[in-house]
Amino acid sequence: AGPVESKNEAAMSELVPEPRQKPVVPMKPMGINANLLGYIGIDTIIEQMRKKTMKTGFDFNIMVVGQSGLGKSTLVNTLFKSQVSRKSSGWNREEKIPKTVEIKAIGHVIEEGGVKMKLTVIDTPGFGDQINNENCWEPIEKYINEQYEKFLKEEVNIARKKRIPDTRVHCCLYFISPTGHSLRPLDLEFMKHLSKVVNIIPVIAKADTMTLEEKTEFKQRVRKELEVNGIEFYPQKEFDEDLEDKTENDKIRESMPFAVVGSDKEYQVNGKRVLGRKTPWGIIEVENLTHCEFALLRDFVIRTHLQDLKEVTHNIHYETYRAKRLNDNGGLPPMTVETEENHESNL
Amino acid sequence: QNVGYRTLSLSGHVGFGSLPDQLVKKSIKQGFCFNILCIGETGSGKSALINSLFNTNFDDPVSTHFLPSVRLRAQTYELQESNVLLKLTVVNTVGFGDQINRENSYQPIVDYIDAQFEAYLQEELKITRSLFSYHDTRIHVCIYFISPTGHSLKTLDLLTMKSLDSKVNIIPVIGKADGISKTELQNFKNKIMSELVSNGVQMYQFPTDDETVSEINTIMNGHLPFAVVGSTKEVKIGNKTVRARQYPWGIVQVENENHCDFTKLREMLLCTNMEDLREQTHARHYELYRRCRLEEMGFRDIAPENKPVSLQEAYEAKRHELYLELQRKEEEMRQQFVQRVKEKEAILKEAEQQIQTRFEHHMLMHQEVKLKLEKKKKVLEDEIAMFIEKKANAELLRSQASVSTPVVSLKRDKDHK
Repeated sequence: AGPVESKNEAAMSELVPEPRQKPVVPMKPMGINANLLGYIGIDTIIEQMRKKTMKTGFDFNIMVVGQSGLGKSTLVNTLFKSQVSRKSSGWNREEKIPKTVEIKAIGHVIEEGGVKMKLTVIDTPGFGDQINNENCWEPIEKYINEQYEKFLKEEVNIARKKRIPDTRVHCCLYFISPTGHSLRPLDLEFMKHLSKVVNIIPVIAKADTMTLEEKTEFKQRVRKELEVNGIEFYPQKEFDEDLEDKTENDKIRESMPFAVVGSDKEYQVNGKRVLGRKTPWGIIEVENLTHCEFALLRDFVIRTHLQDLKEVTHNIHYETYRAKRLNDNGGLPPMTVETEENHESNL
Repeated sequence: QNVGYRTLSLSGHVGFGSLPDQLVKKSIKQGFCFNILCIGETGSGKSALINSLFNTNFDDPVSTHFLPSVRLRAQTYELQESNVLLKLTVVNTVGFGDQINRENSYQPIVDYIDAQFEAYLQEELKITRSLFSYHDTRIHVCIYFISPTGHSLKTLDLLTMKSLDSKVNIIPVIGKADGISKTELQNFKNKIMSELVSNGVQMYQFPTDDETVSEINTIMNGHLPFAVVGSTKEVKIGNKTVRARQYPWGIVQVENENHCDFTKLREMLLCTNMEDLREQTHARHYELYRRCRLEEMGFRDIAPENKPVSLQEAYEAKRHELYLELQRKEEEMRQQFVQRVKEKEAILKEAEQQIQTRFEHHMLMHQEVKLKLEKKKKVLEDEIAMFIEKKANAELLRSQASVSTPVVSLKRDKDHK
């Protein structure tokens, strides 16, 4: 036992390096409010930050979910004013509806005002289209979690990339059928499962089939049903940071889900070229707030809350996934360890 | 990076051009952190410079030269300019260079910087973490004060800077530069820079990749190290009151470009490169620290056969190793315990044996004594019986004698005879 013992001893000291002497970190006293007697230039950090972010560019990943024929691709094209949907990049209109839910992600680079954005549109053909739609949200949930997993793997590397590519889904637009009655069981099931892992923004598709009153009533019913079922859509109440946020977001929550109409065709109305749908009884102007709420959705998602969508995804949904993953012991199968021999006491 | 991505053009105004503004708005809400470390001998002008830089009078107590070792003193201030809230932490070295034996002067500084990295790393490794509300204490810039000797760098300077250059952005400055003349100054600067280069010390270079600032940054890079003068006092010159130092032969104005490089330092540090300093600290120095630390703990990205190893697998392997070690120790302790129990048992058994023998011995003795006593008792009883009989006989004789005639007594006597 002698030599074996000492070898183990030596091995042990290699396993556990000597704990570093923890130097006393000087206590930070309460911040003293120092009054500046004159301009210094601290506020230029805003410009510095802005310049840096413009140089690096932004990633944004948006997912669209809904039964086929609800106008998902058209809406996304209208939102980003270019042919970003799956259908525009080589999809054959005659293609059959897939037998299971597929996930198709297409990436584009668009630029506006010096800001470069890498936009990825994730389409989910086949959702809700089968006869038996049980668990059809599972491939979607799996995809979302896979992106979190990818990010986590990069984050825990020893030698990390300077900028970890972000493929996580920042926003999921869920298309509700404009039945005028209420939500369908599939809608509720999907949103119940997915609102916990991703920001869901429900929209009422093809809203040009409802009158104003029908629209208002339908929206109220939908909101009520979501509330009753405990479904928190984006912007979630619990993440409002301060009063300012809360008032702004309360207004938005009250008018959701937005009833939208999408179009990529332009028509001449009152001397202006507008995006719209032409019907025998008039032209529906997509960006006209009296006709539909597309402009509200666009402003909300792109002009005011784009950064917030990304931050909630990163700071909350991703962190939740990470914590769960680390707690579950990495989900690896339990290591088979030698069982202890039972020593009966001689007493 | 953009492989597989099509570039599209927009047919109208979408609105994501406001993204930087959205980001900025959020950052303003959160506020900014900036941490400066000042290293310099006592009396090299650190406090005066900081006061001048931020145009305030931070209450810094004056230190003595007689401290036994180097300590670091950190103070946090909240400054606000327009709508920008800055949490500024100034860390001063107290007692640097004062001791007679200065071999360990730089170690507390290195330890402090590492401790801030460690704290951030620990937070990052936590399961439930809150990085976005974490108060970042990592040092973003280190201002190293060189003594204005006019000759060259001191060994202590070289040693300290060499031990820090891979951990923090270093900007060397010549403190109390009003003691050097212009001609001496340029020679001094050249000497310092060449010494730094020949010793392989890495200074922070102001970034030159952004066209808007590359020109000014390149010029400034050529002025390093900055010769600065700081002052906590203000002097009236003409109709203005400026920070200055008043001498009999003239007034040194801190913010006068001809007098010293103070304004250059302020411009570079705060107005142009604060964000870059923060980013370099996070993306370069912190990542290096993290990598070294994790490798130290035994984690690898690539296994010996060049197969990628996930951190989880490494954790598991490590945990398994330690678990086996734990088991081995447990086993050892158990063996020891069993051994001792056996020994104790043996001792007890022996003691029991002894007691048993003694008990038996005593029992025997007891028996013997009892027998003896019984015998004695018997003897005594016999004697008592005989005595009683004798007594009875005597009584009888006496009673007969008192009642009967002499004939009887004669008879008795005859009988008796």
